[in-house]
Amino acid sequence: MELAELSAVSFRYQGSADYALRDITFTLKEGEYVLLTGPSGCGKSTLCRILNGLIPHFYRGELRGEARVAGYDVRSTPTYVLARHVGMVFQNPENQLFLSSVERELAFGLENLGVSESEIERRVKWALEFFNLVELKDRPPYMLSGGQQQKVAIASVVVMEPEILVLDEPTANLDPVSAEEILSLLDTLRKEKNIGILLVEHRLEIALKCADKLVIMQDGRIVEEGDPRSVLLSKHTSIIGVPPVVEAHKVLSGKGIDLGAIPLTPHELASAIERVMRRERGSG
Amino acid sequence: MREVVVRIENLHFSYDNEVEVLKGIDLEIRRGEIVSIMGENGAGKTTLIKHLNGLLKPRKGRVEVLGMDTRTTPVAKLARHVGMVFQNPDFQLFAETVENELLLALKNFGFPPDVAKRRAIWAMKIFGLERYKDRSPYTLSIGERKRLCIAAVLCYDPDIIVLDEPTSGQDFLQKEKIMEILYLLKQQGKTVILVTHDVEFVVRRSDRVVIMCDGKILADGSTREVLGNIEILRAARLKPPQIVETAHILYSKGLLDSQHVPLTPYELAREITGE
Repeated sequence: MELAELSAVSFRYQGSADYALRDITFTLKEGEYVLLTGPSGCGKSTLCRILNGLIPHFYRGELRGEARVAGYDVRSTPTYVLARHVGMVFQNPENQLFLSSVERELAFGLENLGVSESEIERRVKWALEFFNLVELKDRPPYMLSGGQQQKVAIASVVVMEPEILVLDEPTANLDPVSAEEILSLLDTLRKEKNIGILLVEHRLEIALKCADKLVIMQDGRIVEEGDPRSVLLSKHTSIIGVPPVVEAHKVLSGKGIDLGAIPLTPHELASAIERVMRRERGSG
Repeated sequence: MREVVVRIENLHFSYDNEVEVLKGIDLEIRRGEIVSIMGENGAGKTTLIKHLNGLLKPRKGRVEVLGMDTRTTPVAKLARHVGMVFQNPDFQLFAETVENELLLALKNFGFPPDVAKRRAIWAMKIFGLERYKDRSPYTLSIGERKRLCIAAVLCYDPDIIVLDEPTSGQDFLQKEKIMEILYLLKQQGKTVILVTHDVEFVVRRSDRVVIMCDGKILADGSTREVLGNIEILRAARLKPPQIVETAHILYSKGLLDSQHVPLTPYELAREITGE
């Protein structure tokens, strides 16, 4: 089922002459993990803001086309309604965390929604376990490391049980090990809960391996989208760069060595090379 | 070999006199080097670089920058020679507009107004910030604010440039741009010291890698020696570059000779085709 459906959407911020989004058609399905990338200023964050209704309700401007999220028309639905269906996580978790303990932070949104006490307890307990935060539950978020803070920020959104999770460069300030931990938790989450995930990220070498779909934006347009392995062959990779394993695949194909499908990880590249080498040794 | 510009001897430091954050660091950096300091969070990397412009003073041991002992040299004097860009750009942006941000340091260091103006324009140009000239730094994206901080430091032409996580939040093309600028600085005889987790960036541009772990230096050598050694990376809990990891899998299966560790896609291809 389509969780989000944008069709021919264009948007221009009030006071700006140029369109930030131009004729965007985009869908996000249940349980789908979409990786969105593109140069700074290409419209990625603007697209995220439409999905949770910040556009057009908070950021004013001219919105054209159709935008439906979780079955609601974004134009006529207040953001507090959309917020129950779409969770947002940003680059800097500090801006999202303000309570005295991790546990309080996770319960806060649910208390505001008037969820019953037993239900709050159940969901918070689940989230603490799922995100490996049990031992930190009484600590104030500002005392935690960046990676731990970002897990708290994501957990505090996930307890609301949204159908869609939109993450705008959530790991930009984290070390690679913490970043990978968070991205693989997101992957488990969408498989277990069937949540649709839209992840904005520049570092493909970290983010690529779980994505079902890779979308490249440039100048407010979607210029490429589809299976990551085929998108990585397109000419638009010149604006986003490709991970070294993909580069190696291209160099080797240039030398006439056919490694098959584009690898997304070192393991995939090594297996492809192993197949070719064993085949050559076998025949030689 | 060129002269030593940073000399650190047996440096110990603690913030509270109880827990030692740096436990005896010895390090020499020469003019024109690009050195990357890597290590997991809490290893002491940021604490170490804060000693280079005298923001922190050794509890024990010695830090000498361009022959000046940081314990006895005023921070203002050190800052003229050591440009520092912190991880969080918001801690070092003060001015009302982007252009004034750049002019601020130039004025402090006594550049004549016309020279200052020219340098500010040059710095905005190379980092693609011209169109934001009259905007408040706080209206820029994190990546842009970070580039503004780098520009503000390069503008006054320090000898040593220290950058904490310069590539975080930068898109691919901006990273390439930063890489190119660091290389140009090296060509001009500047010394560049990076603190970074971005192993793919380091593998392409750094001359030397220093790995820190628990307040000590675990490894110090050429980028090839250090990042090509998967045991060291494991001990420091760092992710290897993708190509090194790929090669390591192939060695473990006896498919490649482990004498030559490839770091780049081209080197890996050469190992495989035997060309």
